[in-house]
Amino acid sequence: MAIVGVNGIGKSTLLRTLGNLQQKIDGVVTLENKKLSEYSPTKLATKISLVLTEPIASKNLTVLELIALGRQPYTNWLGTLTEEDKIKTKEAITWVEIEDLQHKKCFELSDGQLQRVMIARALAQDTPFILMDEPTSHLDLYHKVQILKLLQSIAHKAKKTILFTTHEIEVAIQICDKMLILGKNQSYFGTPCELIQAHHFEKLFPTDMIQFDANTGSFKIK
Amino acid sequence: MLVNISFGSVTIPFKNTLAVLFTNETTNQSWHYIIWDYRVPKAITAVLVGSGLSLCGLLMQTLFRNPLAGPFVLGISSGASLGAAILIMGASAFSSVFSFSIFNDTTLAIASSLGSFLVLLAVLSVALKIKDTMSLLIIGLMFGSITGAIVSVLSYFTSSENLKQFIYWSLGSLGDLSWLQLLLLGSIISIGILLSVLSIKPLNALLLGENYAQSLGIALKKSRLLIIIATGLLAGSITAFAGPIAFIGLAVPHLTRQIFNTTEHKILVPAVLLYGAIIMLVCDSIAQLPGSASVLPINAITSIVGAPVVIWLLVRKRKMVF
Repeated sequence: MAIVGVNGIGKSTLLRTLGNLQQKIDGVVTLENKKLSEYSPTKLATKISLVLTEPIASKNLTVLELIALGRQPYTNWLGTLTEEDKIKTKEAITWVEIEDLQHKKCFELSDGQLQRVMIARALAQDTPFILMDEPTSHLDLYHKVQILKLLQSIAHKAKKTILFTTHEIEVAIQICDKMLILGKNQSYFGTPCELIQAHHFEKLFPTDMIQFDANTGSFKIK
Repeated sequence: MLVNISFGSVTIPFKNTLAVLFTNETTNQSWHYIIWDYRVPKAITAVLVGSGLSLCGLLMQTLFRNPLAGPFVLGISSGASLGAAILIMGASAFSSVFSFSIFNDTTLAIASSLGSFLVLLAVLSVALKIKDTMSLLIIGLMFGSITGAIVSVLSYFTSSENLKQFIYWSLGSLGDLSWLQLLLLGSIISIGILLSVLSIKPLNALLLGENYAQSLGIALKKSRLLIIIATGLLAGSITAFAGPIAFIGLAVPHLTRQIFNTTEHKILVPAVLLYGAIIMLVCDSIAQLPGSASVLPINAITSIVGAPVVIWLLVRKRKMVF
């Protein structure tokens, strides 16, 4: 599920509010019929995992250590990994296909590799919801598609809801099940096809420079 | 530790040191006294101070994600200095009025603990209000500057004799602790270590950054408070009893990370305790100037010995593990 909109419309704000990283400005956020604020931190961590744009603080962790940190909501007070934790970590690594990277340190990785590692960490956290803030920024087109394809397969096969913000509207249209268009006065939610038919993408950007072509599902420069 | 005990201003042969320690042999009464009432407490102090300060350094470096952080970034040592300065420099004015002196080792310890405790309280109250850990770091430094400035003003107006006394305190000293004081210091440090062990999991999560730590179910404010209190107890009590001992807290965590090549706190916490103790003992042994009757200030030795070791390690490994 993609959140799209122009710069500054509040995509990241929305995502961070849903992830309980910042106070809500207004309204109520509920998760499974319960207010987000009523969850204990540990309970919430078993429901929602995050992949953020901010760099991780210590790049000296190995890939394996970093992914295993995703098991923290389930480990004891000292963070000891049980057999189940190790299995889940392994599964996450296999899913994202980074077996060859697992003993490398994070500073040795490229941006695309690191992004996959962070996704594996969120997978290891084993939550029904994964929130991602611009998972494809800094990546070239090939790796963008690679990441989004990966997210698609995770969402479908592992039955998870993945919500991410993106500027790759054209790619998102082809890959996402649902999209949320954030607008100044009104926001629209639906499948990419519905949104195209209802001409909602036309109103996404100011129309003086670019125009949405409903037939190809892409933007054209005027 | 044994080597450390056998060194001192009075030369006691190593063999006799062992005899006094382990066999209760009392052929030489003064040796017995020197070893049991001076050198053993001093060696234990060195162990406590070394491990405590190093642990503080590790906690602060991880909490602030800053390799330059040390035990005293929250202004704790400056607070202690202020307490000591007020006592030392104010005591003479006081005693001229009341005709008895309130200045001795115990009051000095109390004054410096009070000072560091007040600064810690101020930092804690700020920590509860603000969300950003980096501003906490800057606020700690600001508190340090304020207290430092007050100390400067005090020393500007004080007599040279008081000033010398204050400088003597600020050079740090591992000696002069009674067994009772040692017990007190040991218990406070044990509590600090216990709190740190309880913080191992949040500390590891903090390696990813605060937002990620929070998303992993870490109660951020609570953990931060726990870490600050642990640091306050460790650094505050050590500064109160041994003076503001520099460098160890900053250097030992780096040294340990280089040697173990890991950032996992389950390994780092015990390793830092061990290395801190060893390095402090070595520094203290050097400060005794084996074979001579004079003793160097411990604060000078920690830096003179420690800094080259860290530089050497960094140059050799070329890459800093942090």
